Amino acid sequence: MPVTERPAAAAPARPDDLVAVPVRHWGQWTAAVVAVLGLIGLVGSLAKNPNLKWDVVGHYLFADLIFDGLFTTLWLTVAAMAVGLVLGTLVAVMRLSANPVLYGLSTGFVWLFRGTPLLVQILFWGYAAALYKHLMIGIPFTTVTFVEFDTNDLLPASVAALLALGLNEAAYASEIVRAGIQSVDPGQSEAAHSLGMKPALTMRRIVLPQAMRVIIPPMGNETINMLKTTAYVSVIAAHDLMSNIQDVYNQNYQIIPLLVVAALWYLALVTVLSVPQAWLERRYGRGTARAGHVSPLRRMLTGLPGLLPTTRERKG
Amino acid sequence: MARPMVHAEGVRKHFGRLEVLKGIDLTVERGQVCCLLGPSGSGKSTFLRCINHLEKVDGGRLTVDGDLVGYRQSGNRLHELREAEVAERRREIGMVFQRFNLFPHMTALENVTEAPVRVAGVNRTDARQDALRLLERVGLADRADHYPAQLSGGQQQRVAIARALAMKPKLMLFDEPTSALDPELVGDVLDVMRDLAADGMTMVVVTHEIGFAREVGDTAVFMDEGVVVEAGHPRTVLVAPEQERTKAFLSKVL
Repeated sequence: MPVTERPAAAAPARPDDLVAVPVRHWGQWTAAVVAVLGLIGLVGSLAKNPNLKWDVVGHYLFADLIFDGLFTTLWLTVAAMAVGLVLGTLVAVMRLSANPVLYGLSTGFVWLFRGTPLLVQILFWGYAAALYKHLMIGIPFTTVTFVEFDTNDLLPASVAALLALGLNEAAYASEIVRAGIQSVDPGQSEAAHSLGMKPALTMRRIVLPQAMRVIIPPMGNETINMLKTTAYVSVIAAHDLMSNIQDVYNQNYQIIPLLVVAALWYLALVTVLSVPQAWLERRYGRGTARAGHVSPLRRMLTGLPGLLPTTRERKG
Repeated sequence: MARPMVHAEGVRKHFGRLEVLKGIDLTVERGQVCCLLGPSGSGKSTFLRCINHLEKVDGGRLTVDGDLVGYRQSGNRLHELREAEVAERRREIGMVFQRFNLFPHMTALENVTEAPVRVAGVNRTDARQDALRLLERVGLADRADHYPAQLSGGQQQRVAIARALAMKPKLMLFDEPTSALDPELVGDVLDVMRDLAADGMTMVVVTHEIGFAREVGDTAVFMDEGVVVEAGHPRTVLVAPEQERTKAFLSKVL
């Protein structure tokens, strides 16, 4: 219909008869079809590739050795994150302190542990016995000794791995926590102080709970990263998932299938880890008027018109 | 007369090289309402914050109920108090802020019970009952379980007043309590303050509400550029001021 006719002006429609037509995203549909076809091709070629040896993957996927490694990987992740978060919070509070000694110590800590490669730190803790064969507590410059340990007894590979990951994480976590604390309006501390709350109580009850909203998303990221980073501790044979995978393929040379086993398990664990993050974000989002969490799948599907009813259509 | 609630002699304060308080002398008697007025940057808010040591006094003497604020005197020396000791003294001084500063992660009720439970050691049940009574007093009993974000500015400020009162203070400080409010919400907050004053609460109020100062204030203090220009009965200072600067200010705001 030629535009010049202006039918609306000629016969004005009643407002109820008007239909809003959303913009049609034809490009989006084309891209989706191309992507799906490409994925089908890739998966098909992988499925047919004999070098992948799905039977080997299946054989090792639920092997005891793999479960042992998984267990180590999991507790290492949890423990290293716990060390990182607690120590990191402490370091963050020290860095924000007016006390120059605390500030200096914490800044030095972050400088050192963020400034050297994690791999170096892991190897360092793993081979600490080469630096100090014995660790002792006593009075310096005398022969008086209260306790003495053999370094290798005190620092088995698992403890060395935990120390390396935990201390490194603390350096990064401290920066995240510091940003979180600084995001809280100073008026909050003033209000707490004016009520007679002491600095430590103010930090714990007023500032940190509000900082959590800013801290949780990046810390979720850190946790997911940590889960995969634990693979590095295979260099000191800490018996995590990756160590055990390497042990197996060093004997049977089925490198690719075993790497697939590793990838599948890491992927599964990361997927599971995203659940508590969403829950924590909701918990610390109390009192803020934000829309509820929408699952990524639903978000993707609602983005393509016609697949799922949009919010407006459902309400209407 | 008993010793004054607030007594300031030559109080000085500077931020870097900028001197914001150039020797403030001021006395607030028990049960009185003292209104501080003046243009922005006159130092009135800074002085108010000095009273509960949110700002450190650099010179002069400032006492609340006879106790030095933030310092302990022994002989000729003033020893600065530790944070914990300052916190102890702040318990008896309530403060209400221009931007409310309610704790957004707590409901109205939790905002009010937080300090009594955590600082004063009141048990939860008693604190809750007290808090509900206070919320009722400020007209918000039905909003106890709302989060600050679900309340209007005026309601938030009234919760903030209830929160300060929960510590049973002997002195209340108000820092422009109605300046961040929509005009139609100002009245409710002023009503609560009027009610408090009638109950005999000692109050120091930094405000731009000339009407309130005239009606409720026992004294009005006009400050400009870090000094007290004129102080006295509100009807004198705010109706027939002697100083030119006061006249000029009043002609602009009225």
